[in-house]
Amino acid sequence: MKPSPFAYARAASVAEAVAAFRASGDARYLAGGQSLIPALNLRLQAPELLIDITHIAALRGIELRGDALRIGALTRHSEILASPLVAEAAPLLAAAAPWVAHPAIRNKGTLGGSLSLADPASEFPAVALALNARIELDDGERLRAVAADDFFRDLYETAAEPGEILTAVHVPAARPGQRFAFDELARRRGDFALAGIAIAGDFEGEIAARLRIAMFSVGPTPMRARGAEAALTGTRLADADIARAQAALGEDLPDIPGDAQTGAAARLHLARVLLKRQVARLRDAPEARPA
Amino acid sequence: MSSRLRVEMIVNGEPAEAFVEPRTSLADCLRHHLRLTGTHVGCEMGACGACLVMQDDVVSHACLTLAVQAGGSRIETVEGLSERGALADLQAAFHERNALQCGFCTSGMLMTAHELLRREPLPSRERIRDALSGNYCRCTGYEAIVDAIETTARRRASAQAPA
Repeated sequence: MKPSPFAYARAASVAEAVAAFRASGDARYLAGGQSLIPALNLRLQAPELLIDITHIAALRGIELRGDALRIGALTRHSEILASPLVAEAAPLLAAAAPWVAHPAIRNKGTLGGSLSLADPASEFPAVALALNARIELDDGERLRAVAADDFFRDLYETAAEPGEILTAVHVPAARPGQRFAFDELARRRGDFALAGIAIAGDFEGEIAARLRIAMFSVGPTPMRARGAEAALTGTRLADADIARAQAALGEDLPDIPGDAQTGAAARLHLARVLLKRQVARLRDAPEARPA
Repeated sequence: MSSRLRVEMIVNGEPAEAFVEPRTSLADCLRHHLRLTGTHVGCEMGACGACLVMQDDVVSHACLTLAVQAGGSRIETVEGLSERGALADLQAAFHERNALQCGFCTSGMLMTAHELLRREPLPSRERIRDALSGNYCRCTGYEAIVDAIETTARRRASAQAPA
């Protein structure tokens, strides 16, 4: 279908984009457009103004700043896949990137766009949650950072205020002793996942000292599996520990969605399968990069 | 609110300009304003891959790009790649293997295959299928398309191998 008519403006700076947003009252920011334009084409959305932010240089670039990797919001999925810096400092993000949609979508879609949309079936919001990333927001006057734990509020709802632009994502750089795992189950490659998992763990020897487990496609937001984390923390991830974590998932994921193809019970089963496989991988193949 | 804007691009190596509404997709701009109808419009939501073009040397959906966004960029369509011979061996392999029936998906398939083989000269069949995950074909069942791309990759590799 064709979208409803709208006006188009290119912004050269965050301040200019925010000013245009406030002046309009019914504007949307346009970055890679790989979710927004389908929504416009399907007439699910009909804003009066699109503000193209892809020419704002400050939203680009990947750099290591101290012990965190700052990834500009306009970084495309294909750039995340190709970046040696991401592979080294944020291997979990690199591992998730090939799972995002199809190659042509990855050439256009942006990290900032994915997190701003906060689709509960998307890979990167869950990775941000597992990595305890900090989301940088700019309203043209004030820069602030929100922890991923506080950023994803509800279905397609984030902590960003109207007009605020997600400018960058700060990911703690991978440290020695950390292990990561990522996996998802989908009907076909590139489809939205039926269930997915991203895990970041700090290990002391064979003991899982701290674990952050984020799951996607299993609730209104990317979900921390806190009960499963508690069942595994301080253990050697023995099969019995994993079984307790699997049992805990039922309470961790109270709003698991179901549809005509895959009911909620089936999705919970798939989430438990993923949890078992990937925790066992963390235990058995600590040197392996997530795949 | 939707007055037309002027867009200038380099299309298939030549400067091109069009006056379009902001809501006009790059695909519709190419087809209706520039009369380049090799780029097809299928789902208009980024699922079918019929509209794929090269924009600044990477493949992307012309249905998910506004023409006004593409201003200043270099676009290459199936016509351009075909005319400069970049697809000749792929096209021959598609022909030999009957890797098309109605042909609606073919320009998008060629775009995906073109980019894949530039990035990975000898992809496995699994990698080829993975790359084609965003291209729908409702006629062939894909097997012949995978064959054609694999054949092209092998022929290119053996042509480059020292005698």
